[in-house]
Amino acid sequence: MPANFAPSADDLLRFAPETILTVAGTVLMVLDPFFAKKAPKLFGNLTIVAFILAIFAAVAANSVPGHAFSNLLIVDGFATFFRVLVLCLGILTVLSSYRYLERENAETSEYHALLLFSVAGQCLMVAANDLIMIFIGLEISSIASYILTGYLRDDKRNNEAALKYFLLGSFATGFFLYGVAIVYGITGTTKLDEIRTVLNNPGTSLAIVGVAAALMIVGLGFKVSGAPFQMWAPDVYQGAPAPVSAFMATAPKAAAFAIFVRIFMTSFQQIAGGWEPLIWISALLSMTIGNFAALTQTNVKRMLAYSSIAHAGYILVALAARSELGTAAVMFYLAAYGLMNVGAFAVVIHISGKGERHLRIEDLAGLSKKQPVTAALLTVFLLSFIGVPLTGGFFGKFYIFRAALESNLVWLTVLGLLNSAVAAYYYLRLLVVMYMYEPGEVTNSLEPLTPGLRMALILPAIGTFFLGVVPNAVLAFARSSSFLSR
Amino acid sequence: MNLLDVLIALPAIGFAVTLLLPRAQEQMIRLFTLVVSLAAFLLSLGLAFGFQTGQSGQQFVTNVIWIQNPEIHYHVGIDGLSLWLIILSTFLTPIAILLSWKSIHFQIKEFFAFLLLLEVGLVGVFAAWDLFLFFVFWELVLVPMYFLIGIWGHDRRIYAALKFFVYTMAGSMLMLTAIIFLYNLAGTFDYTSILDQLGSGKIALSHTQESLLFLAFFIAFAIKVPIFPLHTWLPDAHVEAPAAGSVMLASVMLKMGTYGLIRFCLPMFPNAARQNAPWIVILAIIGIVYGALVAMVQPNMKKLVAYSSVSHLGFVVLGIFSFTQMGLDGAVYVMLAHGISTGALFLLVGFLYDRRHSLAISDYGGVATVAPWLSTLFLITTLASIGLPMLSNFVGEFLVLQGSAQANFTWTVFAALGSILAACYMLWLYQRVFFGEVTDEVRHHVPDIDLREWACVVPLIIMMVWLGVFTQTFLPAVSATNAQILDQSKMNVPLRVSAPAHLAGGGNIHAR
Repeated sequence: MPANFAPSADDLLRFAPETILTVAGTVLMVLDPFFAKKAPKLFGNLTIVAFILAIFAAVAANSVPGHAFSNLLIVDGFATFFRVLVLCLGILTVLSSYRYLERENAETSEYHALLLFSVAGQCLMVAANDLIMIFIGLEISSIASYILTGYLRDDKRNNEAALKYFLLGSFATGFFLYGVAIVYGITGTTKLDEIRTVLNNPGTSLAIVGVAAALMIVGLGFKVSGAPFQMWAPDVYQGAPAPVSAFMATAPKAAAFAIFVRIFMTSFQQIAGGWEPLIWISALLSMTIGNFAALTQTNVKRMLAYSSIAHAGYILVALAARSELGTAAVMFYLAAYGLMNVGAFAVVIHISGKGERHLRIEDLAGLSKKQPVTAALLTVFLLSFIGVPLTGGFFGKFYIFRAALESNLVWLTVLGLLNSAVAAYYYLRLLVVMYMYEPGEVTNSLEPLTPGLRMALILPAIGTFFLGVVPNAVLAFARSSSFLSR
Repeated sequence: MNLLDVLIALPAIGFAVTLLLPRAQEQMIRLFTLVVSLAAFLLSLGLAFGFQTGQSGQQFVTNVIWIQNPEIHYHVGIDGLSLWLIILSTFLTPIAILLSWKSIHFQIKEFFAFLLLLEVGLVGVFAAWDLFLFFVFWELVLVPMYFLIGIWGHDRRIYAALKFFVYTMAGSMLMLTAIIFLYNLAGTFDYTSILDQLGSGKIALSHTQESLLFLAFFIAFAIKVPIFPLHTWLPDAHVEAPAAGSVMLASVMLKMGTYGLIRFCLPMFPNAARQNAPWIVILAIIGIVYGALVAMVQPNMKKLVAYSSVSHLGFVVLGIFSFTQMGLDGAVYVMLAHGISTGALFLLVGFLYDRRHSLAISDYGGVATVAPWLSTLFLITTLASIGLPMLSNFVGEFLVLQGSAQANFTWTVFAALGSILAACYMLWLYQRVFFGEVTDEVRHHVPDIDLREWACVVPLIIMMVWLGVFTQTFLPAVSATNAQILDQSKMNVPLRVSAPAHLAGGGNIHAR
């Protein structure tokens, strides 16, 4: 225990994003009784303001990089990248929630407060330098997500999804915690960099550390919905309210990947030879199961859930490359993937209508004739999912497989890219329905895009093109912050 | 910013502007896209006039950094090989737009916009000298064509569009793997630099590596060409596409594959290319004969023309893998000639479809009586397609057969069968559609061609004669580039090819 326990000003600045989010969440809860009836949009607006402030705080914190709170936190480029990413995804979620909550008659502050808490947990995770801190962040994020999943408490599917998510999620967290305990038992520390130092000493029993790493892979694999721990994802994404699915498929996943990379590229880099085959298998399984299962789906949300499993597989490929280039690829891909996924879900929210009755793929029929702009924007996201050049998805995929080939993962690359040709089929099917079918009942009676949803579509589309056409800035930042084991 | 950049930017800007035009102004949309594509065509003629034939290497080069790390350049330029293919693309785009003037009834804005986007991709593919940029354009072409087939196609359009996209995508992914692999070895996407490094031995590929890389590129291109047995997407896509789509697909997009074979496969992987040549040639000859035989029994006109493409493209592949100067020159010539003649065939079939709303040969007969001009034009095109001297295809096919005879006479014997069969299926088609009894439907629904249609066909007919007579317009530039590529494809063959004296200039793979 250090003698001086009082945090310095820099420490507080490095912790500012989480502080802002937590305060904002608490204030929102207090405001609820006063404004719930009078100004229901206020909560969303305040949440966005809080997220924007937190982004500024995260960027400001990056100007004083370093450790905080006795080495429990670390603010580096990697942490800042993911903080900004999850905060942006939070904003997009709020934007796409306005209309949804209004439609479902469920505009409360607690929805937004939970969102703020969840993102706060994710910000904490990605900046944590200590397994216990990571665990705390993970739990803050997860518990908020469990509740959000069951947010519409009168809805049967919401309840089922929440229960499933909670039970399986807790189980997975248990595995993770078990791994943490073993690591602590072997190394006597929970700090990531100290674990690395201890493992460097000859005489440490690497076999048992390997077991711990494997347990952590189970826990984290669940959080990122990587096969064979992906079973929950389709049910939960399908059952949860659509904006929450959009959120869960992106922000918590990005944060989980961030700690996955941070733990394994910092602490366990020494035993990379041992965990790499596990990740290799998980990556291949995720891509294959995700893509092939998505082929047969008729429900858009479920299809996007399987697609998110497949995309987790691509990201695991980058992790299997276990190089700095791979880390940079993970960062870039998560940004690209987050944008396109939130955008695609925004269209789902738009189409689904009250009570999410319209979720079949056929419900998109003829969208291009009724709302050409909506259809065109969804096309951008789908092309990005497929990996067509000039979109962020293509560049991300390119970057991942470049890292994989550089680490001699030739077969994983070939199988992964062929997988993405299979994936093209089910994304194209949405395009087929949108552009090549006559407008159906749903599209004929579709309401116009509300301003919030419009923003939730246009901003990710701009981002997708930005990452695909002029990725220089993001790439350079990812490259410069991909060296974790300093 | 030189002429070539303008040529890529102009249709791209045209595409964006078209999307912004008001939907109701249909005539304005048509006119605007036509003007843009005509302007692009006229500009592309500037490339031909400004092109220095004697000069080796690329011309009209622009090379600027696009993405810093990994270093990706916007590097475009043309040489004798790409020059005429670019002009072919810009030449056919206005024709495709004019062709669709009346036959597209809904979502007009998107249709014409997509034709311009297609043009961007096509010009870019032939102009790119950076492998990454090449791949970007290569994939970019897929998107507009997918929509063209899927939205405005015939009954089974959705199946055809999906098959087309996924098939091509699978090949592209292998190519992407190979491109990334080369990048990791060479540290650059710049094609000339990669070639230099390969040629100077700075990158030493093992035998297996070279073979696998060759195959990765080859399969991607072979799907596009298409080489038997990877051709199954083609009849579906051609038949289901709207007329303009079929024209662009057959005339230019198939050439992306053969262009890739010449541009990338031969110079980068000379040993693998030569080692694999025997079975590739066999596939090409199977394609020639099989395509022709299947074409013969088709009841559907478009399908017949589609299979004839498989046959013609077989000649191109045969010419390429004969590794002779004549063979390569012939291959490029067939690419251009096939672009014109098959483009014209699809166009004329499109005219017939606009009138009678049927593609079945049995629904026609006696068209010559009611539409004599249409029949005459179709006849000229038919003759060009089957390789009558003085018309376009003859020159190319002759050169290919001559070149392949230098390499192996047996090949020529079998390949020449394709020429004979071509005469059978095309003339038989002509006979069944244009001669015979005039049915009432034909009499009432098939008027002769109008002014707009003349404007579509006449340029193509002129080009058929031009290609057939004034070969020197095209060949010198093409030959110079081919000679260079042939030279590169011998560069590091361990067992140097010792060509017999009378075949100087042409390699003979059986002379080892």
